[in-house]
Amino acid sequence: MISVEHVKVSYGGPNVVDDVSFDIPSGRITGLIGPNGAGKTTMFNAIAGHVGLAGGRILLEGKDITGLKPHQRAARGLARTFQIPHEFSQLTVIENFMAAAATPIGENVFNVIFRRGRFAAEEEATYRAARDMVTFLEIDHVKDEKAGNLSGGQKKLLELGRALMRKPKIILLDEIGAGINRTLLAKISDKILLLNKEQGLTFCLIEHDLDYVSKLCDEVIVMAQGTLLTRGSVDDVRQDARVIEAYFGGGKYEAQS
Amino acid sequence: MELTGLFFYLVSVLIAGGIYAVLCLALNVQWGMGGLFNAGIAGFFAVGAYTSAIVTTAVSTKHLGGFELPIPFGLVAAMIVAGVTGWVVAKICVRLKSDYLAMASVGIAEILRLVIVNESWLTNGSLGIAGVPRPFGDLVQGREADLLYLAMVWLCVLAVYILCQRLYVSPWGRTLRAIRDNEDSARAAGKDVDWFRLQTFVIGCAIMGLAGALSAHYFKFLSPSATEPLLVTFLVWVMLMAGGSGNNKGAIVGALAIWFIWSATEIITSRLPPEWITRSSYIRMLLVGLLLQFVLQKFRSGLIPEKSPKIRSD
Repeated sequence: MISVEHVKVSYGGPNVVDDVSFDIPSGRITGLIGPNGAGKTTMFNAIAGHVGLAGGRILLEGKDITGLKPHQRAARGLARTFQIPHEFSQLTVIENFMAAAATPIGENVFNVIFRRGRFAAEEEATYRAARDMVTFLEIDHVKDEKAGNLSGGQKKLLELGRALMRKPKIILLDEIGAGINRTLLAKISDKILLLNKEQGLTFCLIEHDLDYVSKLCDEVIVMAQGTLLTRGSVDDVRQDARVIEAYFGGGKYEAQS
Repeated sequence: MELTGLFFYLVSVLIAGGIYAVLCLALNVQWGMGGLFNAGIAGFFAVGAYTSAIVTTAVSTKHLGGFELPIPFGLVAAMIVAGVTGWVVAKICVRLKSDYLAMASVGIAEILRLVIVNESWLTNGSLGIAGVPRPFGDLVQGREADLLYLAMVWLCVLAVYILCQRLYVSPWGRTLRAIRDNEDSARAAGKDVDWFRLQTFVIGCAIMGLAGALSAHYFKFLSPSATEPLLVTFLVWVMLMAGGSGNNKGAIVGALAIWFIWSATEIITSRLPPEWITRSSYIRMLLVGLLLQFVLQKFRSGLIPEKSPKIRSD
């Protein structure tokens, strides 16, 4: 479980996330929604450690991780994807997955130069996991392609695969479905549901399409203008006057319906 | 006679080419694999050259030491001192983004050069250090010594190539290339970016120090002009770009190709009308600048582009 407590983030001006508190419960799929500029991605950056906090704290499984760097948070089982794909462009798809895995023995420079036998088994296991991931995501045909040459949708799958390679406990998905065709999107949702059911993986996802969110998420958290608006089931939230106001501005939605 | 002259001209070109190949491999670790824009190659080259010279020359009142140790000690000391210098520099500026690191490293190279020129108790200032020994200097002289040195330089190239290749094909190298391609997602994948960059910078600088030492023992005399940024930093960047950034073989091929072209321009400029010869060094610089432009416009990934290491096929 992740607990966000009174978190404030500022990029030098006014707070873009202002005194937000919420929980991401374990074993569930939670949505984080809100209009553009609500601070959703900033919130993810704060949880993953990519931006510093101006106030508040973040707990992972009850332990304070506020002072930890992103790679230390990743080591504790937190993974994330990026809204704009951040692929390792000169590496092949397989290499992208292998690079995302934890390979502590093979990343020791002394082993690499003098004791090359030490990391053979680890490398073998990493390679197998990467092959399995390619098969799982059904991108076998591009496995040896440089990631920079992939299509937008394939890059999104790559993001998801890399997050999974760490065998995390919690995954933050930032608009994994944006710009993806319906068929592929349905495929991604199936994978997410499968991972959640079978392995009990915790997900928190940012999405704009409420129908899509309602299929996946048990509960949604709504943010607007850097603050927490409300949380609840998708249907409840849809009826909430404050949410309608935030998305569509004063009363227009009701006038239309 | 003409032929032997040509042969030994070729030997001298290949010795210098080998030293450039070592520098180019070092830059490939830093830039090609790690994405660290080190524009201060000349500084670390100079640190290595002076370290090895001080460690191996006879005792002198003009500069620190010398300590009269055998040449292998000089080479190792050069790598250690250049590596430690790199560590100090990296501690301060490795977190800078690439273009800012470039500016910082230019400044650091300049600081190192000024230290060398002005701290005469250490380096004998602009008068330089004379009598830097060659390996087996009392056994062989003249042209035989050049041949022996050629073998030694290329043995070093081979050793550095094997080292760089091991780094490249390992998980360590893969992670480093991942960091180069995207720092944020490497962090999100649990990689300690700063620690990797620190290691990369130190390894690269140590190898640059080795190249400096090789050059000091080749010329047997060392003065601050040996650290000329145009001849070291600038040329090495051209070499790596031409050869193929991110590819160790490309680094060696690029070093040799550009060095041959550079040496050939000397032949051309020496046949220019006399009033032009005085400007020949500028003309050569201009030619190399044009060559870099051509390479960057037409061969963006170099003669031998980066290639992912082969993964066991099944």
